[in-house]
Amino acid sequence: MSRRARVIPCLLLQSGGLVKTKKFRDPVYVGDPVNAVRIFNEKEADEIVILDIDATRLGRPPDFDLVAEIAGEAFMPVTYGGGVRSLADIRRLIRSGVEKVAINHAATVDTALVTEASRVFGRQAIVGVIDVKKNFFGGYKATTRSASHDVACDLMEHIRNLQCAGVGELFVNHVDRDGMMQGYDIDLLKKIVSVADVPVVACGGAGTLQHFIQAVEEAGVAAVAAGSMFVFHGKHRAVLITYPTGFTLDVI
Amino acid sequence: MPNLIAIVDYDVGNVAAVANMLKRLGHRAAVTANPDEIREADRLILPGNGSFDACMGNLKASGLIPLLEERVLGDGVPLLGICVGAQMLGVCSMEGRESGLGWVDVESVRFSESLRLPIPHMGWAPVRRGDAGNQLVKDLDDGARFYFVHSYYLAPKKVDDAMLWSHYGSPFVAGVAQKNVFGVQFHPEKSHRYGKILLDSFARIEA
Repeated sequence: MSRRARVIPCLLLQSGGLVKTKKFRDPVYVGDPVNAVRIFNEKEADEIVILDIDATRLGRPPDFDLVAEIAGEAFMPVTYGGGVRSLADIRRLIRSGVEKVAINHAATVDTALVTEASRVFGRQAIVGVIDVKKNFFGGYKATTRSASHDVACDLMEHIRNLQCAGVGELFVNHVDRDGMMQGYDIDLLKKIVSVADVPVVACGGAGTLQHFIQAVEEAGVAAVAAGSMFVFHGKHRAVLITYPTGFTLDVI
Repeated sequence: MPNLIAIVDYDVGNVAAVANMLKRLGHRAAVTANPDEIREADRLILPGNGSFDACMGNLKASGLIPLLEERVLGDGVPLLGICVGAQMLGVCSMEGRESGLGWVDVESVRFSESLRLPIPHMGWAPVRRGDAGNQLVKDLDDGARFYFVHSYYLAPKKVDDAMLWSHYGSPFVAGVAQKNVFGVQFHPEKSHRYGKILLDSFARIEA
């Protein structure tokens, strides 16, 4: 097994079900999360990322029971994000069986939480999520709470702040490309990789294996994540959970 | 085929994936602190997550150590330690003050900062076989890789006790074996096919 870039299904939770969005909106129900995890077990996915898209926006804590059920069914590492607010939340999530906890909003209001969590659980267990949006002037902005609020500071400064605070990985999710399957924003990823001293995971826009290869070879990301590509099939977006075989992935 | 594989439950977090993987392989597995089940089991698994002292403290508080000793050292029941559970089989760990179970001649030591690599070591890594524990690892091929999350690794006193090796900046021991006691630093339950091969071999070892 070569150390190729990791390929990660990114699964979105809403009210206990699995959904898929376009541009962070219009969630479409695509199935039961535990069933999806079983399929990704069979397909031997490198790891999975599970994001609860409502928790933070509605001020709700993570659904710890569901997370524990998912982690207990996953024969691969699991990252969980959504509604994480405190060290106690992170501890409970890790004890419920997830390997990494992803943080976005909480990291912008409380950088000490990131620092403390990475000290207690190791920085590899703490993932900084950056939901990036392009603004009217072609610049980029980090956003929080399902892309409803902008992070005040400049994107690159925000990334440096997260790294300084102690995140061990950056999960870059492109709001405008989410669900579009037209490819990653390679320019943005290049910029982020150039300032990152931790692994960068690209998410938002993948529709083909070629998009994965582009992100890895042209932008230099350590891992590629995708949602639609793993849950929809064909131009009518029929729900079909898939994952490329190991042989196919060896090109990445 | 073993009758029952008992995964020792002493409050170390969610180990459902270990039980679920064994069940998927067709084995009977239970996460349990019940002495009757531990007496009935013909395979034992000792999980471990978090710090060495917290795990040893919890295991001591569970009151199960004398029973485990009777089963493992007396009856010769095969036992597999996972992650911190593997480190606990040793004499001690640089991470804590508690003494380990002392069933294998191992100390756990921290990755050197001089490697200039992130600690903990977290991620998939390939392994190769060492000299010990062949019955557990004989079915692993050259592609074998496992998922690791750890800051400390197993340092056996005798290199012959190394069952698996991996590499992080420099080579380290990823698994040890002495007689019926086995320990792996990685998480077989999070390692797909190779985890299944290893757990299935453990279930089928000739006791």
